[in-house]
Amino acid sequence: MPGEFFFPDTEGQLPDTGGYFGAFGGKFIPEALVAAVDEVAVEYEKAKGDPAFAAELDNLLQHYAGRPSALTEVPRFAEHAGGARIFLKREDLNHTGSHKINNVLGQALLIRRMGKTRVIAETGAGQHGVATATACALLGLDCTIYMGEVDTERQALNVARMRLLGAEVVTVRSGSRTLKDAINEAFRDWVATVDHTHYLFGTVAGPHPFPAMVRDLHRVIGVEARRQLLDRAGRLPDAAVACVGGGSNAIGLFHAFIPDTGVRLIGCEPAGLGVETGEHAATLTAGDPGILHGSRSYLLHDEEGQVVEPYSISAGLDYPGVGPEHAHLKDSGRAEYRAVTDEAAMRAMLLLSRTEGIIPAIESAHALAGAIEVGRELGSAGLIVVSLSGRGDKDMGTAATYFRLNEADTVGTEPEGASQ
Amino acid sequence: MTSTSQPPTGNLALLDSTLARAKAEHRAALITYLPAGFPTVDAGIDAITAALAAGADIIEVGLPHSDPVLDGPVIQTADTIALRGGVKIADVLRTVRAAHQASGAPILVMTYWNPVDRYGVERFAAELAAAGGAGCVLPDLPVEESAAWREQAEKHGLATVFVVAPSSTDERLASITAHGSGFVYAASLMGVTGTRAVASTAARTLVERVRATTDLPVCVGLGVSDADQAAEVAGFADGVIVGTALVRCLLDAPDQAAGVQAVRELTADLADGVRRSDTPVPQPTS
Repeated sequence: MPGEFFFPDTEGQLPDTGGYFGAFGGKFIPEALVAAVDEVAVEYEKAKGDPAFAAELDNLLQHYAGRPSALTEVPRFAEHAGGARIFLKREDLNHTGSHKINNVLGQALLIRRMGKTRVIAETGAGQHGVATATACALLGLDCTIYMGEVDTERQALNVARMRLLGAEVVTVRSGSRTLKDAINEAFRDWVATVDHTHYLFGTVAGPHPFPAMVRDLHRVIGVEARRQLLDRAGRLPDAAVACVGGGSNAIGLFHAFIPDTGVRLIGCEPAGLGVETGEHAATLTAGDPGILHGSRSYLLHDEEGQVVEPYSISAGLDYPGVGPEHAHLKDSGRAEYRAVTDEAAMRAMLLLSRTEGIIPAIESAHALAGAIEVGRELGSAGLIVVSLSGRGDKDMGTAATYFRLNEADTVGTEPEGASQ
Repeated sequence: MTSTSQPPTGNLALLDSTLARAKAEHRAALITYLPAGFPTVDAGIDAITAALAAGADIIEVGLPHSDPVLDGPVIQTADTIALRGGVKIADVLRTVRAAHQASGAPILVMTYWNPVDRYGVERFAAELAAAGGAGCVLPDLPVEESAAWREQAEKHGLATVFVVAPSSTDERLASITAHGSGFVYAASLMGVTGTRAVASTAARTLVERVRATTDLPVCVGLGVSDADQAAEVAGFADGVIVGTALVRCLLDAPDQAAGVQAVRELTADLADGVRRSDTPVPQPTS
């Protein structure tokens, strides 16, 4: 039942009943989790058709999260992008500072319907963890967040936010000590606690129904952006650009534009130090089909199915998998994916800050760097919408080190130098 | 498919007869798990061979994985050591071959699904059968996604051992057992691998529920670590599966020889345990 801000894809053909988007998706989970995952699917189907669910979610999205989010044109930034018109979909202005709140509020209401009392979640950048801790505080649910040790260090601000909100933050020290390992640990928790615990998965990956459900809860991003652009620019964009780690904000932006075949859908993956160096997390660019965390999608793994440790300066994109619908959009040719280096993303972060007074999250800066490229390709007639998925406050430690902000009055890297 | 060449036949029949023999002896079978390549490939083979000599009936050889989401810290650590040591699927198959040749016992591979999927389902099944393997335990492959594996397992004479959980519905238990072979792996409690002080009473209930759906033997794993627990589980199950406690023997030992000796001693205790259950193994309901 669509609401004012809740737009489940009731018309769509995907995923199929087995949870597949073409060759990707499915439900590769241990038997111990099947009953719980099936319960989520059944309960979500019921909620989708329940006007009371849509009304309650709408109310929270409007009066708590602050939707609709603004659409901001950024002409001074666009001067560096071939003069194309660029609009930012301001998910950074949502309560908690990112798009993550859209999904979290929806699942939190679902948890209440299911009668569960405890919530676990993974987080990379901490944005999903903060959003989850926020919803748990709001609804009085116990909350445990798993976060890799590398990420608790580079996103220390968000660790403090989660703890202030009453969540327990568990530092994960296995594997690469980043997002993938946080998800592993959350799954281990869930297998043992599934009778009273919901795993509030933060992206459009995982077993069916999570990729479809999380997508539905973020569809509002693209639905609003499409409407706002038609109103402001008088036409559909030439391209919709978003960063892709697991891919939740990207699917949220893309989905409403899928039927608009004239709109290019462009996902920007983290190239880290460069795809050729092996130090990256550009799953769709450099990966192969495989199974991780409950579904078949593209994956960074070796020829024997061992997952390769990813790398990105951005904690939120530092993940070797990607949502299965993105794998399908890539293989079907409907969306295109390109890789953006740490350096290009950091330059874009600086450029947006200096030209528009908006400090983006490093994740979102990957999309901005992609938009600069696309804008130069399209030229001054181009019209681009970019998902500004989160704000950059959490990244001040990384930025301060990268730009030596605490050492001198001026920053070494000038915005004018922001070239690809 | 009109191929006339005879694919190598795996040892599913040997697995069946081994479980039947234990039942005929009015005892539960002892199934022990150790990962390949831990602490090294050769030392892993030594440990498995020691377990077989000390009374293990069936071996599960773990295929180490980068992301063992169903394993607790002990097996995670072993997997990490094995992978850092460079263990490959070829080493897993060599371990299977050595263990089978040393003992004539049925040897299973326990693996997460992605390595098999990536390596090639048919290739893996053919090579496992050629190595003398008896089948696979596939803890993260639900029955709905298992058709490709089952086709190859049938073609190559390999068992498909599914894991069931206390949360499985009766309807699912029936579907899972209808598609499985060899035995049914009943996870005694909800959780990842690791030793527990108390084996869950949920195990007994689950075994009864599984028996209502199948004549396949039902073996219980997760949390069994000593002879007393083995004896308790042997009172109601067809097999007792022990993993973490044996891996810990190797992990905690000062050197490899001491680790292998500890595996031998614990396995001998467990083998006594499965033989001293007071209650005879109940016959499956038919």
